Amino acid sequence: MQTEMSLWSYANPTRFMATTRPLLPWLSALAAACLVVGLVWGFFFTPDDYRQGSTVKIIYLHVPSALMAINAWFMMLVASLIWLIRRHHVSALAAKAAAPVGVTMTLVALVTGAVWGSPMWGTWWAWDPRLTSFLILFLFYLGYMALWAAIEDPDTAADLTSVLCLVGSVFAVLSRYAVNFWNQGLHQGASLSLDKEENVADVFYIPLLVCIAGFVLLFVALVLARTRTEIRARRLHALQLRERMA
Amino acid sequence: MIRILSRDVALAVRAGGGFGLSLAFFLIVVVLVPFGVGPETAVLAPIAPGILWLGALLACLLSLDRVFALDREDGALDLLATAPVPLEGVALAKAGAHWLTTGLPLSLAAPFLAVLLGLPAPGHLWLAVSLLVGTPALSLIGTFGAALTVGLKRGGLLLSLLVLPLYVPTLIFGADVARRGAEGLALGPPLALLGAVTAGCVALLPFATAAALRVSLR
Repeated sequence: MQTEMSLWSYANPTRFMATTRPLLPWLSALAAACLVVGLVWGFFFTPDDYRQGSTVKIIYLHVPSALMAINAWFMMLVASLIWLIRRHHVSALAAKAAAPVGVTMTLVALVTGAVWGSPMWGTWWAWDPRLTSFLILFLFYLGYMALWAAIEDPDTAADLTSVLCLVGSVFAVLSRYAVNFWNQGLHQGASLSLDKEENVADVFYIPLLVCIAGFVLLFVALVLARTRTEIRARRLHALQLRERMA
Repeated sequence: MIRILSRDVALAVRAGGGFGLSLAFFLIVVVLVPFGVGPETAVLAPIAPGILWLGALLACLLSLDRVFALDREDGALDLLATAPVPLEGVALAKAGAHWLTTGLPLSLAAPFLAVLLGLPAPGHLWLAVSLLVGTPALSLIGTFGAALTVGLKRGGLLLSLLVLPLYVPTLIFGADVARRGAEGLALGPPLALLGAVTAGCVALLPFATAAALRVSLR
């Protein structure tokens, strides 16, 4: 029999568990290493900015967490689509597992932004388009998690939350543009972009990249760990059901 | 579809349907605002468009949990699902009935409540227009939320949490149209965008609602 290897073979829970078990400690260690190196480098071995002083260093937490807050939702969108189209349970569970991590990233971005905004803008909060969009994203995460928590049957929950995630993504993008229309911003433009020249000086840039790598790895490690927990919980539930039947 | 629509409208309007409730709620919200912020017209008039839009939005929310829940309880929803009409059509008809019994009366009542808040006279027409254009989107989004939560025991509060963030674009554009109308500014762009949001909701959300209903009825 010919066995075809493809990405989809990891959708088998057993295979997923077997692959991720040896991977997870390495990923976690790498994430921790990147974060420690990036943050220590960023906090203690970069100069103060000539205008912002030492407050500039919050960038090492703020930018990576904001980046991951959006990417976590994007990952949930992709995972939801895979669940709706191909019915792989691991995909639905990964989307469920990513939500609390994403909401934490959003919260970290909002809080670090407020902490930085207090000395720099003279206010903890302003109804700026970017800030407002993030607050709305935070609400979307809360609604998504609440729907997961409210439905007992796991497959029904996966279906309904996936549909919500799709519709929510459309409305999240729509809200982003509506909010732009509604109020002009205080927030500076994007710090990093792929196609334009960087706004961040090199001394700050390299430790920032290390921090971003650390946050990405941290996100992947957390989602994998949480997905493994979800799979174990599902198996336990199935075993208990079988025992009760017998 | 027309029959489902007229049936739902009839059910809502007749005794026990709660037709007047959302209007009464709207009135109460508007009456409470001056107690909260003070009775001076100088304070009330600038915030009137926003207050009226928020009041209409919350009043829309009130009747949402009835959209599918009653039909599910008496089994009518299962019959609708097996009817020759596609479920997407049922979703659209349900949203239409919800709009006819809440959005439309709210839009027509809003100019009268605007007088209470001291909104300048030229703003009255644009307030009604913005609500007429925007509230169908609120009904459609709300119907989608109702379809997501129809099988749940305590869906009411969750419904609000799911639906309110989705209301953001409609509220922004709608309140902006009403505000610009009251100040006599050009209101073409927000009105066009508000219409675009509603048109997009009409085109896409019935499919999402039907998908959620199929899962809930499984």
